Amino acid sequence: MITPAVDMGAARIAQMRRRMPRAFVQPFGERMVRWTLWAGFLLLTGYCLWRFDVSPWRLWNGIGDLGIILRQLFPPSIGDAPDELLLALLETIAMAFLGTVLAAIVAVPIGFLAAKNTFPFSLPRFGVRRLMDCLRGVDQLIWALIFVRAVGLGPLAGIMAIFISDTGTLSKLFSESIENIEKKPVDGVRAMGAGGIQTLRFGVLPQVLPMFLSSSLYLFESNVRSATILGIVGAGGIGFQLSDRIRAHAWEEAAFILILILITVACIDSISKTLRMWIIGPSGASAEPLDAVR
Amino acid sequence: MLVTSPGHSTKAHQRAIFDRQCAELRQRRRLHTAFGLLLFVALCIGSAVIGKFSPIALIEGAPKLGEYVQRTLPALHWSSLGADLAYWFYGLRKWLDLLLETVLMAYLATLLGSLGALLVCFYGSRNLALNGWSYHLARRASEFFRTIPDLVFALIFVFAFGLGPLAGILAIALHSLGANGKLFAEANENIDMKPVEGLRALGSGWVQTMRFGVMPQVMPNYASYVLWRFEINVRTAAVMGFVGAGGIGMELITAVRSLYYEDISAILILIVVTVGLIDIGCERLRHALIGRETLE
Repeated sequence: MITPAVDMGAARIAQMRRRMPRAFVQPFGERMVRWTLWAGFLLLTGYCLWRFDVSPWRLWNGIGDLGIILRQLFPPSIGDAPDELLLALLETIAMAFLGTVLAAIVAVPIGFLAAKNTFPFSLPRFGVRRLMDCLRGVDQLIWALIFVRAVGLGPLAGIMAIFISDTGTLSKLFSESIENIEKKPVDGVRAMGAGGIQTLRFGVLPQVLPMFLSSSLYLFESNVRSATILGIVGAGGIGFQLSDRIRAHAWEEAAFILILILITVACIDSISKTLRMWIIGPSGASAEPLDAVR
Repeated sequence: MLVTSPGHSTKAHQRAIFDRQCAELRQRRRLHTAFGLLLFVALCIGSAVIGKFSPIALIEGAPKLGEYVQRTLPALHWSSLGADLAYWFYGLRKWLDLLLETVLMAYLATLLGSLGALLVCFYGSRNLALNGWSYHLARRASEFFRTIPDLVFALIFVFAFGLGPLAGILAIALHSLGANGKLFAEANENIDMKPVEGLRALGSGWVQTMRFGVMPQVMPNYASYVLWRFEINVRTAAVMGFVGAGGIGMELITAVRSLYYEDISAILILIVVTVGLIDIGCERLRHALIGRETLE
């Protein structure tokens, strides 16, 4: 029970209410907006539940079936080709690594073209940005599906899918780091009589290089996660084995592959975290760019 | 260092020491850089071997890709542009309906996942956790749901809940729970603890403390994370159809597999436009909610 420290008689409350009415009751208009928003939210949610036929008994039955599958996941079993799994896992990491490296190399010049302070022409800059948005707007898996058709099954399609979609993401992250640099070192270098290239090299690059490295590492982590599923459409990596086992109802082997993925991702995360700590220090290492959280 | 008389010789001496240390430092840095580069090149070569990748393969693949892209583009003539466009987007009505389904899937999944994350996040923040045991449980659970790709959940759920959007929604919701659980918990860890202590001192219960002590401080962060997750989930929902879990993906994978070239480009354009519109809308909302400065 909470008792007020000051005695609040009815007269005093009435006086307060006159002096600051908004503290006691919201104006009618604001209340109406609030209620309309809530009603819209409830209606939309209700429509979704109706449209997707979400009913308690359907969920209940599904959870029952899920329970049967979960029981079959244990004990996880290695299956008959452990070396194949290990190779596929290494392939996954290799795909993520190469895709990120290629994307980072291409994204550096594009990042400079998309940053306001290094590329003053607004129309081409707008074009570059929208093109990068298109690359990012299409999911990696869709790129993988297209590349599998274009260059054939295998890790090359996966590498190209990661490369294309990450060029979009990294260009955006890079151009944001370039736009956020300190102006003073740039002015200093320019005042010493440096030309355009020299200003970039000694004024801009030392400031943005750690950020570039750290963003690329973040994306590498994220790519290891997403590369584990590219195999579902035939673009190389452990995803092919995983979807194959799930479709064949070999649940114990699927569970083993899932555990392998969890361990690998945890290892890559901690290595990358250490590296980032080393590159930009603990303060920057904890500030994750949202683009990398998939 | 103690310098008794700042004579010329000591200055030269100090200068020599400085130069030597400078050279040493420089050499050490060069060594570090060289070592890093060497490791990087080794990793690149190793990855290229394992991934069966070579620049030649990339160069050989590029024209094939160009050819493929060319085939997906329809023949548009200026004289009959309207008719050509109508022919290209012949399935517009069906595709728009599927796109709406995709967006609604993302909406419901984001809602469910974020509600779940809201339940988990207080246990998963170091400053609010009840005890070490529940903290680690909450953190590991979010990590688990975040690491298992949503498509894998979808593959499993398709067996349990049947083909269709429900499997996709639940899969995306679980993944969102993991991702938002982590982000929410990190937001909770950065709050000012004074309001929480004040409420506790007044004798409020756990739920009241979280509701009135923590949530008013982190609501803007939550809102921006939820909007962000919605943007990502729209992209994800677009591929759920690849494994039969609803949305536009089913139509896309059918077009790709059956070589309906022009359908591919039409559907992709629709997806890019939808995703772009939703991104812009969410960005506006985010800026309106928390202001420009705090986001950047």
